[in-house]
Amino acid sequence: MFSYYLGLALASMRRTPVLTSLMVLALGLGIGAFMTTFTVYYLMSGDPIPHKSSVLFAVQLDNWDPNSPPTESPKDVQPQLTWQDGLNLMRADTPAASQAHMYATGAIVVPEGDEPPFDESIRATYHAFFTMFDVPFLYGSGWDSRADEERASIAVIGRKLNDKLFGGGNSVGKSIRLDDNYFKVVGVIDDWQPTPRFYHSDWSRAFADTEQIFIPMTRAVDGPMLPRGNTNCWAPIDESLPVIDAFLQSECVWTQFWAELRTPEQVTAYKDYLDNYVRDQKEVGRFPRPLNTFISDVNEWLDVMGVVGNDNRVQLRLSFLFLLVCLLNTVGLLLAKFLGKGGEVALRRAMGASRGAIFAQNLVEVGTIGVLGGVVGIGLAWLGLRGVESLYQGYQHLVSMDPVMLAAAVIISVTAAIAAGLYPVWRVSRLAPAGLLKTQ
Amino acid sequence: MLKMTDVSKIYRTELIETHALRELTLHVDEGEFVAVTGPSGSGKTTFLNIAGLLETPTSGRYVLDGADVSSLNDRQRSRIRNEKVGFIFQSFNLIPDLSLADNVDVPLRYRGWSGVQRRKAIGEMLDLVGLGSRKDYLPSQLSGGQQQRVAIARALAGEPRFLLADEPTGNLDSEMAEQVMQLLEKINREGTTIVMVTHDPELAARAHRNIHILDGRASDQASPGPAVVTSLEARREAAHV
Repeated sequence: MFSYYLGLALASMRRTPVLTSLMVLALGLGIGAFMTTFTVYYLMSGDPIPHKSSVLFAVQLDNWDPNSPPTESPKDVQPQLTWQDGLNLMRADTPAASQAHMYATGAIVVPEGDEPPFDESIRATYHAFFTMFDVPFLYGSGWDSRADEERASIAVIGRKLNDKLFGGGNSVGKSIRLDDNYFKVVGVIDDWQPTPRFYHSDWSRAFADTEQIFIPMTRAVDGPMLPRGNTNCWAPIDESLPVIDAFLQSECVWTQFWAELRTPEQVTAYKDYLDNYVRDQKEVGRFPRPLNTFISDVNEWLDVMGVVGNDNRVQLRLSFLFLLVCLLNTVGLLLAKFLGKGGEVALRRAMGASRGAIFAQNLVEVGTIGVLGGVVGIGLAWLGLRGVESLYQGYQHLVSMDPVMLAAAVIISVTAAIAAGLYPVWRVSRLAPAGLLKTQ
Repeated sequence: MLKMTDVSKIYRTELIETHALRELTLHVDEGEFVAVTGPSGSGKTTFLNIAGLLETPTSGRYVLDGADVSSLNDRQRSRIRNEKVGFIFQSFNLIPDLSLADNVDVPLRYRGWSGVQRRKAIGEMLDLVGLGSRKDYLPSQLSGGQQQRVAIARALAGEPRFLLADEPTGNLDSEMAEQVMQLLEKINREGTTIVMVTHDPELAARAHRNIHILDGRASDQASPGPAVVTSLEARREAAHV
């Protein structure tokens, strides 16, 4: 009977094109607005590395001004470490399976030939970065620990940069010029865009592109390549030292630190290790605040960083309310439409249709309207996402609807339409046929 | 075939109570052509709706084809309505945006027949009413008489045990009304029981028997007209002529 009901639904919709269009438009508007905000929210709040998010931990050490308000949660602690603390942890024999210290920097890339130089962001890090974060490689690989120790002038580059500089070919073994220095390419990363970009997810970077150049942090500091990103200091810098040395030895925080802890035992042991490290540092006069060390796995970390802001949640709720308003309008339109065909319903009842059959027939029509509303909603959501993209920089990774979201749009629309249609469909199936047949 | 005993129907609102039928008792035998007459508001249509299982009686007993149908649920009533009852209405009640074939198909869809069975029945019924060549037409392309013939084809398509006709010629001119009456008489001769509500004494006179309803009560009387066939045997003979 489904195909019969579907045919009847299409015929009924053709019979009342204006009313049908209004219903599809009302649903489409609601779905479009909701899906626009939901898509952004869904991508913002997604797990960027689901298979490992529970074993990767961001590290926080509370080395800050003793006069600051007391620490009650990780949100009260600086999300970055000093270079010195990161370096100490990298050199130590910690319980972690792997550790990666890193910071954001940049340089001028000077292509060979006539291409003009351009500025490029760089992630300075350690060899473990690539294996810890499961970075996919197109050519070559990352570097090893010896390259970190030797401050090697090597680089891993991204696919886009490889396309730009080397036409997409295997560039392993070739060199790129960063400012005045040459770095030998050891690997080319395939497309890789964790969203949010968890490994460095302050508000301005959580949805930024991944860097196209990765070099050993030891080499970057030697450069010296100064950090590009938030740098926060609470204690004065020793101005008697050369700038870079004063900066490296300061209590300024500007590096990020991650550890891979594969078992609960490793988590406990690593936390104990950090506590003991801070106690040792207190003995040499650092860490003037009470002992506060935190490790947060990827999803906890995104919460600590407030990647999904309250504004996003408010927008999502508002768009849901708008969807409800659209649904209420649809309920009214459906009532008008269905009660208007009471004569046909009465006739079908006289011909042997049960209330259930009438209910099913009209539910198919509602579902069909829902599918059309979903399609219109997807179109409007696409336009909405283009609007978000043009208004907010750094949101380019949040404005695409993947197959899951496309399917969700249609499912939400059909579900919403059926929810809106249940009452009108129930009403029309309860119509008393006798009186309506007489008035036909 | 159809037997009502002490059937009452009361419509209640907050202010008034309307007795549409008052302990109505009547029967219709298999193969009969019965005319139900009476003034407006006498309860004819209520009787027809209860007879067609579109409404339930407030009290009383209704036996259709040997089974008590007074207290069946909606699904059971719908099934019996689909299998045993055919409706013909004064205003035809064809669905305007369905073709003639699709209109005739409506009761068959709820019967659950296969496509082959349905197509065969639709073709036969439209041929019976002389509109087989116009099965893809829309109702708006036909005259009133032709539309009523389609409605008759629709009512007969599911091979019902009896037809309920509510003023079947009320919207037709005399020539077309005569065609429709002849068709109904032919159908009756072929064995289908017909109960027809009418205001028209001439049409009522062509039925085998008249049931006059007044103030919700029935009085059974033989048809006054010349074409009365009084016995079932005689009607069967007529059907074979």
